[in-house]
Amino acid sequence: MSSEKQELQQFEARINAGEKIEPKDWMPERYRTQLIRMISQHAHSEIVGMLPEGNWITRAPSLRRKMSLIAKVQDEAGHGLYLYCAAETLGADRKDLIDDLLEGKAKYSQIFNYPTLSWADIGVIGWFVDGAAIVNQTMLAKSSYGPYSRANLRICKEENFHKKQGYEIVATMAKGTPEQREMVQDAVNRWWWPSLMMFGPTDTQSPNSAELMKWKVKLQSNDDLRQRFVNLTVPQAKAVNLTLPDPDLRYDEKTHDWHFGKINWEEFFEVINGNGPCNKERMSARRKAHNDGEWVREAAEAYAKKKIKR
Amino acid sequence: MSTTTDTQWQLWEIFVQSETGAPHEHAGSLHAPDAEMALQNARDVYSRRGEAISIWVVPTQCITATTPSDTQPFFDPAQDKIYRHPQFYHVPKSVKGL
Amino acid sequence: MKTEQEYLFEFLLRLGDDQLILGHRLSEWCGHAPILEEDIALANISLDCIGQSSALLKLAAEIEEKGRTEDTLAYFREATQFKNIQLVEQPNGDFAFTIARQFLFDVYVYLLYEKIQHSTHPTLSGIAAKAFKEITYHLRHSKEWMLRLGDGTEESHKRLQNAVDELWTFTDELFAFDEVENALVSAKIIPPLISLQQEWNEMVKKVLAEATIKLFNEQCYKVKGSRKGKHSEHLGHLLAEMQILARSFPTAKW
Repeated sequence: MSSEKQELQQFEARINAGEKIEPKDWMPERYRTQLIRMISQHAHSEIVGMLPEGNWITRAPSLRRKMSLIAKVQDEAGHGLYLYCAAETLGADRKDLIDDLLEGKAKYSQIFNYPTLSWADIGVIGWFVDGAAIVNQTMLAKSSYGPYSRANLRICKEENFHKKQGYEIVATMAKGTPEQREMVQDAVNRWWWPSLMMFGPTDTQSPNSAELMKWKVKLQSNDDLRQRFVNLTVPQAKAVNLTLPDPDLRYDEKTHDWHFGKINWEEFFEVINGNGPCNKERMSARRKAHNDGEWVREAAEAYAKKKIKR
Repeated sequence: MSTTTDTQWQLWEIFVQSETGAPHEHAGSLHAPDAEMALQNARDVYSRRGEAISIWVVPTQCITATTPSDTQPFFDPAQDKIYRHPQFYHVPKSVKGL
Repeated sequence: MKTEQEYLFEFLLRLGDDQLILGHRLSEWCGHAPILEEDIALANISLDCIGQSSALLKLAAEIEEKGRTEDTLAYFREATQFKNIQLVEQPNGDFAFTIARQFLFDVYVYLLYEKIQHSTHPTLSGIAAKAFKEITYHLRHSKEWMLRLGDGTEESHKRLQNAVDELWTFTDELFAFDEVENALVSAKIIPPLISLQQEWNEMVKKVLAEATIKLFNEQCYKVKGSRKGKHSEHLGHLLAEMQILARSFPTAKW
């Protein structure tokens, strides 16, 4: 048996035994590249995800809401940072990863290409989008790659308040004035389906899923996670008298699952491939920040070099 | 973009102490141009919720670590030195304070 | 003749509005900063400022006893009723402008709150003592950036020099103390502020020198009047954005 084959066997045996893989351990090249792709997409999503919510920071309706929204968007920057660092343990360079994003070579979650049109969107994003992210990240906290698992663990801890602050906004508006109720129902209608798409294509259509699950990078399939999210969310919607925009939604007594209608995958692939309502705005905002910041990064570096010389 | 000398600054490892008497533990990494900024960034990135009372920052490149091939010669020999553990020794049960 | 309560209310508005408007400006950076680590740093400072403002305006509302809250003070006043200095309402500009604005303000509030934390008004003293710790950190952050930008590259030096040149016109107002502060000093509610301007000048000039930044136009025209509600046109736009939602649905709870 070739040594490569032997190492692969040992690697897979360790994963099957529930061991974590650490940066310096032997790993198949494919495991490394798949992880870099997946972790950097996750990181990019956090960073681009700052924009739709950041859009309402300056208009938040009270000082308390303003502070929690800033803290939440700031957390997302932190989460992006943790994740980039996790990708860097695999030999990637944050600069290259960011360049890939800005040059349109890397993907990020399709959800952040939808516009935030009213304050209710901030509540619904916290409830749906962070809710979905928590379902996903709780699984990823058990991922076989140590640094990725640890990053997700930290993210889950911190994101606890994100969903709660979102639901608090939703609940407050749902029992508020008629205009507020209308606003929040409208936001639910707009965000529900894109939130379900966040888990990615259905298992049969997801090219990377099987491999990622074999190596326990992911432990559950896209469809299972999506179902878990729906099951969690339906009762939460009922509790505040909001209607999820799916006429096919019904409870299955046998499986104890909430069965939901057909997802518009055409829309998903359109948006993920660049043709969503806000793709261009999001990318140009990120590019502008990056380009405007270049002289700042250079100045700090130049100063550090001068100081060493002196 | 890639034609310039632009970087994301060098990588640092961050260790935080959560309370007096506790050891400094690895919290994660971040990027900074120098030690002072690494400290400031560490404070903002890894102590937003009051997780630290003291922070160490170390350039990642200054850390020397064992490799996986070191694992067996480094650590396995310590596994069977049972005389380093108190359970190895038998003393009369009636004697207290040992 | 105003009462001591009215003077204290006015003084708290000045302090609270400074922090609110600056915190708002800093929050505009969120998601757009030069590097991820700095995005997080600016958001932290913004949060501190808005937190301080919230506490100060709450105390102001309690002292006023007219049923207002920190939110009604923040969201339902007109630009001319805001008492912040013009320095903090200036748009962010580039990162050098934001840092220079922050540094000039940080030195000011560092010295100011260092004194006010000894106020005989227990709530004010408590708020100021907590704020002083936060400000001490803000000052460290902005000072370190002043050095890096001033003594970094040719471009960063030029940008910071321009920012300081442009901002100097707003610096007299920091010390535009009038009957409001005088009354509170006389009533021994706050310590004398007389030495503040000189201390500020010394601290600022020391850092500017270290950052290799020159004061070309120390004697330039200086704006005045914002403590009485005279502002630049920027404040109206800032408030229009900040207050739009709260004002569109004045009876709603959020």
